[in-house]
Amino acid sequence: MPLTPVLTKRWALPESWTLQTYERTEGYRGLRKALDMEPDAIIAVVKDSGLRGRGGAGFPTGMKWGFIPQTTEGSDDTVAKPHYLVINADEGEPGTCKDCPLIMADPHSLIEGIIIASYAVRSNHAFIYLRGEFVHGRRRLDAAIKEAREAGYLGTDILGSGFDLELTVHSGAGAYICGEETALLDSLEGFRGQPRLRPPFPATHGLYSAPTVVNNVETIASVPFIVLGGADWFKSMGTEKSSGPKIFSLSGHINNPGQYEVPLGTTLGELIDLAGGMRDGSEVKFWTPGGSSTPFLTAEHIDAPLDFEGMVAAGSLLGTTALMIFDQNTCIVRAALRFTEFYAHESCGKCTPCREGTYWMVQILERLEAGDGTAEDIDTLLDTCDNIFGRAFCALGDGATSPIVSSIQYFRDEYVAHYEHGGCPFSSRKALVGVTSP
Amino acid sequence: MALTEETRVKAREIIARYPQPRSALLPMLHLVQSEEGYVTPAGVTLCAEELGLTKAEVGAVVTFYTMYKRRPTGDYLVSVCTNTLCGILGGDEIFEALSEHLGIGHNETVPDGNITLEHAECLAACDYAPVVTVNYEFFDNQTPDSARELVDSLADGGNGSLPKPTRGASLCTFREIERLLAGFGDPRSEAVGEGPAGEPTLIGLRLAADRGQQAPPYPEPTNSGKVR
Repeated sequence: MPLTPVLTKRWALPESWTLQTYERTEGYRGLRKALDMEPDAIIAVVKDSGLRGRGGAGFPTGMKWGFIPQTTEGSDDTVAKPHYLVINADEGEPGTCKDCPLIMADPHSLIEGIIIASYAVRSNHAFIYLRGEFVHGRRRLDAAIKEAREAGYLGTDILGSGFDLELTVHSGAGAYICGEETALLDSLEGFRGQPRLRPPFPATHGLYSAPTVVNNVETIASVPFIVLGGADWFKSMGTEKSSGPKIFSLSGHINNPGQYEVPLGTTLGELIDLAGGMRDGSEVKFWTPGGSSTPFLTAEHIDAPLDFEGMVAAGSLLGTTALMIFDQNTCIVRAALRFTEFYAHESCGKCTPCREGTYWMVQILERLEAGDGTAEDIDTLLDTCDNIFGRAFCALGDGATSPIVSSIQYFRDEYVAHYEHGGCPFSSRKALVGVTSP
Repeated sequence: MALTEETRVKAREIIARYPQPRSALLPMLHLVQSEEGYVTPAGVTLCAEELGLTKAEVGAVVTFYTMYKRRPTGDYLVSVCTNTLCGILGGDEIFEALSEHLGIGHNETVPDGNITLEHAECLAACDYAPVVTVNYEFFDNQTPDSARELVDSLADGGNGSLPKPTRGASLCTFREIERLLAGFGDPRSEAVGEGPAGEPTLIGLRLAADRGQQAPPYPEPTNSGKVR
């Protein structure tokens, strides 16, 4: 499978983040084309392209845009309200590291996508919810927005089209849950970032209870290319139901970790070859297709296509295409414990299954990792996961069960070995007390 | 530094950015930290007064978010990623080494107030694992030794020998970085251009160039038709 740099294609250019570089490389030409189209025609192109959300869920982007009430007719109270576009740049799913380099290297592609998408969904105020820790991205975005405003791409009467758009960057403050779109909206409204009950969905009752589209950075950055190249061009990459190029983030026990942009449907085996193979000739033991919330897969799955359907068929999820690859020397219980500590720390506390379940699962995994567990502990873990999955308020709870259920599914023997040997068979290093979350 | 009338003026500038005032609360709390070094009771009061909220309502928000510090924070906040991938690739050893070297644990500050240490959850730089940040600027591919050197040079910071982040701008203080997060920019005009992309960011692109691979061309000239 060949590499297909689209979103990444400007990243190595000198001062790639400046307007000058961007305009020299077809920048803002998609916007010019879009402003000569009807908003509905843009939504139609995005629908036809098959673009699916790059933030993890894979929801069809054009369909999401189409849910926004588009007329001023009717008696529905949502019709007369302003529309908002909110960009989810709260990248934090463990293993995921694509949006941050995109924003640092090519912030204008995101801004251009935002303007086109806002025009399409008739929004005059867009927000970028940027993860708080991402300070250099904030600098690059602030500078790029200033350049875009001065060049007439933002503000009033953009390029003489009569379309107005205000764009506000909003830095978060360190909370993984704010990557969940309704928690993000609560956070953007100045509250604790806790998810909302759905329905109603953000499409009708989002930011300030107004119709709102929430999209991931990579999704929106894809839009200018789709407008320029057309739906068929975009669909010429990827698979029938998972179209387009995608940034895959490889990390872990491989020789050359990094960002590889290839069509959806590429396999892990092909990507590991691109990344120079496994480090020190080691072997794949387990890996995540798209962050820690997607169930672990093993070496037997390295030829499964990395697209939305292929990963479901393999028993996992595509998620954010964050491929964390672990070798045979990695203790599965240690990995499951650490991910579970993460979910326990980041659980917002709103619903009982997630708040209590993650807390107790950390206790159980700690004693299993230390060699003090029992066979019953494994059953208790699975039982607890059963009581979280599908019963939590949002996807964080479901995600928290992924590392545990999948690690027991594939590596139950290793759990057993811990309590039969009275300790971790992989290492003599002390238990990880002291570096865990409070 | 105490909160002044000027702080309130800045707070009102933040409020003006949003369709509804309460949206300003998160950046206002960053503003408080930029003045006070952490979220002080006076800062909570200021936010409550400006937004017409109770102090309890503001406090509930402060305690939810990891980046709002409730104790004085050092000039340099050193965060070590100990999430699974970084932890397994050496982040755990780095945290232990720094904790021992500095004589402090998670969320603690050295006696002279210069450095605060914390372990962090995933910092979205997994291709540079294990990562450490100082005031949220990336120091990539660290080892226990390099991390010890890093904090030693922070301690020497007054001598103008601050370490350079791998990808990011030259270090400023924790309070100065909080000013950026409040939306008042970085006063150093050169900062935005600092910090080149690292090899892992560009590796796929370089490989494609070496192999002569690219995405299919657009089907038609993109400059056809009316150009605005």
